[in-house]
Parts: sequence; structure tokens; C-alpha cells
Amino acid sequence: MNEHEQKTLADLLKRSVGPVNGELNRDLWPQMLRRFEERDKRQWFIAMSSVPWFDWALLAVLILGVAAFPRAIPIWLYHL
Amino acid sequence: MEWREQPTEVQEQFAAGELEAFETLFRQFQADVYGWIVRIVRDPAAAEDLTVETFWRIYRARARFNPGRSFGAWARRIATNVALDYLKSARMREQPLDENLAAGSALKTGDGNPAIRREMRERTQLAFRQLPAKLRVVATLALIEERPHSEIADALNISTAAVKARLFRAVRLLRRKLGNLDMSHE
Repeated sequence: MNEHEQKTLADLLKRSVGPVNGELNRDLWPQMLRRFEERDKRQWFIAMSSVPWFDWALLAVLILGVAAFPRAIPIWLYHL
Repeated sequence: MEWREQPTEVQEQFAAGELEAFETLFRQFQADVYGWIVRIVRDPAAAEDLTVETFWRIYRARARFNPGRSFGAWARRIATNVALDYLKSARMREQPLDENLAAGSALKTGDGNPAIRREMRERTQLAFRQLPAKLRVVATLALIEERPHSEIADALNISTAAVKARLFRAVRLLRRKLGNLDMSHE
């Protein structure tokens, strides 16, 4: 393949594929920030899902206990 | 294509994980990265997403960045890889090559018939899109964008000889796919 053939093919490609505007017309930083926010949400979810089920069970017992015996709250606070 | 470099101090802050330094570099280089990517993928909407993806990868790889080296060259290398990944996935999504178009009955580009010229353009576009991603990147940058081989080699992190070899293979594949296309009268 000689240089002439390569140049002819390049000309053909330029005409067929066409030029492209390489100018960026808007700031992409807001999109980048959204990407960070998505990551933060995902990390929060991962952190929550890594808590053992037994800890969630203890929390549930505590909430139910408070709801069932609200008068016991000062006693629990006293012992904390 | 000369990319404006930042003072080393900002690059050091970025490597240490400071978001403000990253924002400074992002604002400084986003247009350059976009311009480089859009020339490879030739789709402005996709290039915007890929620019953000490039900076995302840059941010995640900040610990590996050497502040004493060029941020622009590093960013361009990552951008090229991101564009290459996009072309690979896009190629897999595309329809298989139309055998009628690919078979390549002889067409003369010098023919004045607009229908034949249009068909030839379509065949060229199709043959170009069907190139393997690695060859397509080199063909785009070398033949269409006329970038120096050394610049392409740096962006792809390969040798200049490898760029020439890929270009040779791309041209040979294109000619094979375009069949007996007579381009001598163009």
C-alpha cells in the first residue's frame, strides 16, 4: 500500500464520516457532581447493608419497648 | 493539540484527594478531554457522558497520579481508554455487516451519479464502523484527524511502530471491505 492510496482513502473517509465539532458548549461540572452524589448514596446503602441482622433486631426491640412502655424511658436514660 | 498544564501545586493537592483541586483541573481540562473524545467517537452526546466518565476514573485513580508528570497527557490516556471501551461496546451492539453492501461490486467514486456517490459513502461509513475498535481509533486519529503518530502512540500508551502497524491493518481491512472500490478518479 503506497502513500497515495492511503491519502485517497483518508480523503474518502473524511467525506464519508464527516467533520465533528470539537467545541464543548456547556459546563459538565454539574454532571460530575451528580456522579459524586450517586456514589455517596451507593456508599450509604452499602454501609447500611453491612450492619449485621442481630444489630437491626436489637434496634427493633428497643423501638418496640419504647412504644409499648413509654414511662420506662426515664429509667432507661438513667441507666445509660 | 496542546493541553494547558496546571501548576504542580494543584496537581499535588489533587493527588492528595482535595476536591477543590480536582474541580480546578476538571474546569481546566474538560474542553480538551471532550474535544479529544468527540474526535474518536464522533458523537457529541456520547462524548459528554464519556468526558464525565473519564474524570470519574481520573478521580478514582488519583492516588496513582504522579504530580511531577503531565496531568494532560495522563488525562488523555484515560480518555482514550474510555473512548475505546465505548467503541468496543457500540460495535457489539451494531447490526452485522450488510453483505450486499460489503460484497463490494466495483464502484467508481469519480462517477457523477449522486446515487452511486451516496452508496459509496454509505459503504465507507459501514466499513469504518465495522473496524475493530483498536484499529478504528488509530484510523480516526491518523487519517481523519491527521494527528501525528507520536501523539497517537502517547494517547494509546503504545509505540509509534505499533501505531503504524495498526494503521496499516486498518487501511488494509478498509480496502478489503470496500471491495474493488476505484478511488483513483476522485
